[in-house]
Amino acid sequence: MTPDGKRFVARVLVYPRAEVLDPQGRAIEGALERIGFDGVQRIRAGKSFEVALRAASSTEASEAVDRMCRHLLANPIVEDYSVEWIRA
Amino acid sequence: MKCGIVVFPGSNCDHDVYHVLGHVLEQETVFLWHQKTSLDGCELIVLPGGFSYGDYLRAGSMAAHSPIMAAVRRHAEAGGRVLGICNGFQMLLEAGLLPGAMRRNRDLRFLSVDVHLRVERDDLVYCSGYRRGEVLRMPIAHAEGNYVDTDEALDDLEQSGQVVFRYVDSEGNLASGANLNGSKRSIAGVCSAEGNVLGLMPHPERCAEALLGNGDGLALLTGAVRVGRGAELPAAVGG
Repeated sequence: MTPDGKRFVARVLVYPRAEVLDPQGRAIEGALERIGFDGVQRIRAGKSFEVALRAASSTEASEAVDRMCRHLLANPIVEDYSVEWIRA
Repeated sequence: MKCGIVVFPGSNCDHDVYHVLGHVLEQETVFLWHQKTSLDGCELIVLPGGFSYGDYLRAGSMAAHSPIMAAVRRHAEAGGRVLGICNGFQMLLEAGLLPGAMRRNRDLRFLSVDVHLRVERDDLVYCSGYRRGEVLRMPIAHAEGNYVDTDEALDDLEQSGQVVFRYVDSEGNLASGANLNGSKRSIAGVCSAEGNVLGLMPHPERCAEALLGNGDGLALLTGAVRVGRGAELPAAVGG
């Protein structure tokens, strides 16, 4: 990561892949139904990370966050990730 | 055989493995702190159970990137023996040294109970004291032991004979009631294509002395330190 440069902030969302059983989401679905919320079709329970970093350009920032996702923040076998920019 | 047990912040089965390897099997055994970058000539590396770095992100995910893991990876790639138990198995998956991933247990409960396992391979050095189809009893103690992978990857795993242990009932039959964590195809343990890396969720080190009520796990650790080659095991190398 470049020490100087512009400050960027990304929000990384990590969710279990659609075909993977999500026991936490299932449990929350059941709880919503029990307390009377009808019509809930599906809950996926995921994680969100706010990543603040310095980088020379938005391309560099975006590549760095993508590498973080692939190496640590998400496990591609069971999770999908997406990146939103809070400060681009 | 010189054995090295990697100690992570949060490991809690490291001393149990040490006891079995060092005292019961009388092997030269050392602890290796996770910040080290060398394996000090150990031929068998054990990644023990417990926790690591709080397992905050996913179980084993941060340990998979700790300094010693580069040396463990080189050791494994050179054909050296690596045994991952419980959290150690999760690390091997996160490090990509074994295929697949773990999800939370199907019923979201931490499971601490004895289970039955069926031995699917007896040509690995680790299983040299078991017969194929033999049913063992071993304890499990985990919250994330729900083994998953894509259907294609699981088919490949089966075809290449990398499924080493499955959860079964006491008769040795597959049953959803015996697969408590919900693992795909009841998988409890898998090995690398070459057979030198083995990971399993159950704890052989906690059932390695008949005096303590159950000795079913001793043969696995005996096999792990057996000198010589298994049918499909390349010669072990030091790291």
